[in-house]
Amino acid sequence: MSFCLCYGIVFDKTVEDNSEADEALDSVSIQSQWRKSQQSAQESRGCQTKAVHRAEAEIQTVSTTITGTQTEPRHQATEQLLQQNHNELESPGLKDFLQRVEDRVIRELVRNAKSHAFDGFQVNWEDHSSLVSCLHRLQHPSAVERGLHVTSVSWSCTGAVIACAYGRIDDGDWSTERSYVCTWNLDRRGLNPKQADLVFDTPTAVTALSCHPNQPALIAVGLYSGEVLVWDTSRTQDPILVQSGMSADSHREPVYQVAWVPLQKKGEFGVLSASSGGRVLLWTLDSDQGRLVLIDAYALVRQQVPHSSCTGFKTLAAAPTEGHSVTLRAPAVFSFRPRSGPVHSVHCSPFHRNLFVSAGTDGLAHIHSLLQANPLLSLRVSDSYVFQVQWSPTRPLVFAAATGQGEVQIFDLGRRSLRPAAIIEPGGVGQAATCLAFNCQNHNLLAVGKTDGTVGVWQLSGDLMEQKPRESSQLEQIANQAVG
Amino acid sequence: MAEVEETLKRIQGQKGVQGIIIVNSEGIPIKTTLDYPSTVQYAGLIQQLVMMARSTVREIDPQNDLTFLRVRSKKNEIMIAPDKDYFLIVIQNPSD
Repeated sequence: MSFCLCYGIVFDKTVEDNSEADEALDSVSIQSQWRKSQQSAQESRGCQTKAVHRAEAEIQTVSTTITGTQTEPRHQATEQLLQQNHNELESPGLKDFLQRVEDRVIRELVRNAKSHAFDGFQVNWEDHSSLVSCLHRLQHPSAVERGLHVTSVSWSCTGAVIACAYGRIDDGDWSTERSYVCTWNLDRRGLNPKQADLVFDTPTAVTALSCHPNQPALIAVGLYSGEVLVWDTSRTQDPILVQSGMSADSHREPVYQVAWVPLQKKGEFGVLSASSGGRVLLWTLDSDQGRLVLIDAYALVRQQVPHSSCTGFKTLAAAPTEGHSVTLRAPAVFSFRPRSGPVHSVHCSPFHRNLFVSAGTDGLAHIHSLLQANPLLSLRVSDSYVFQVQWSPTRPLVFAAATGQGEVQIFDLGRRSLRPAAIIEPGGVGQAATCLAFNCQNHNLLAVGKTDGTVGVWQLSGDLMEQKPRESSQLEQIANQAVG
Repeated sequence: MAEVEETLKRIQGQKGVQGIIIVNSEGIPIKTTLDYPSTVQYAGLIQQLVMMARSTVREIDPQNDLTFLRVRSKKNEIMIAPDKDYFLIVIQNPSD
């Protein structure tokens, strides 16, 4: 644009030159200032800053600690201080004092250690009932009506519930008579002795019963048919937890005793059952399948094995084994001198590993040591049969025997005479006492089952419950005496 | 001090001795062979018992005084030798 204008001006001058001749003038050119001044200098500059250093740091605590302090009771420190002070300050007096009393104290100590003045001395501070009295007389009316006998009683592990089995002890014939197991909770308010808390029906007579040693709801039951069952009494719909069924493995004759025995795994219990015929079977509980699984079998064989063979260890030889999944073993290692009649009951002493008491149709109770064939002691219990003997769980020298005459005799071996220390006569003459059970939790209770279908719960007197001084050593003496 | 320890050892060596405590007249144990809680318990209770026994004896006969106290229990016997400033308590199980 500026260039065009400049040219225009030059042209004008040329026209002037032509009009005024001979005047040669140089052309003047003016540079156009238009816009020129406005054209500012442009500079471009660059600059570079140094790289900015950035750093990020994070912090997180990963561990926490809690500390607590507790002050000891204040008097302890002060008394210890005092104690030190006294030691330092007053030891001279202490020395004199000790010298004064030492002789007398030592003389008394020596004399006391030799003295027998207090041997066997008893103080009766507590006012225990000196009488044995009946607390409850429990019965299941329909069993009483049908004349069923109580065949077995067992206390639950809590000591509150008594389970009672009904059957017949006088009937040797095969029968399919229905029967019952009843339980009563004695701690329950409004206990009705004529109305059991729970009644379980069984297809045949119940011959044996045992409560689980630490699960109050479980009861093992042996039937006349040879079946062994375990009930869970907390399940009201279907109480049968496991059963042996009638298989090749099971008993085929009446089960006369069932017992819970600890298995190798800690806290696990199996059921040991003994039937007539001399067969003792050990079962484990398979509650998923609802079955009892046989894990071991023992046999006592001599053809006239007592009607009731007990889960103890008795005599005899080897056994025929047909169809058993577990081979029968005959682990009898020692035989005791046979009696004049069948043995109904044996019970090992809870206070001495070698002692047991046995009783049977001869009416005698025999105290045996496991180490000697002959009994250490034989006591005349009754002119009739003795159906069960059991040691007291609290007094090492006391045991009770249920007799066919209906009375329960309690013997105290600590007495000089071998007469019973107490006799429980539940009345109803001619009704045999078939079973009894001491309560391991409530030591003052003894349950007695009878053939008239009643279970008596008796309160024991104080002297039958409380262990006396040196009672264990007296038991030891009895166990160690040698019989020729 | 060593003589005190020697004396205690001789008493401790007697048959059936389970523990010895020396208590001052305020009932504060100053020597013991038992653990702390039982020492404090014995000392406190027996001091009361000794005071009671002494006042009983003196009330019956003001010329009389308590010289020795033995307490026989089911499990052991506690012997107490009282004095003006101290009691010596020895616990013995004679049947041990």
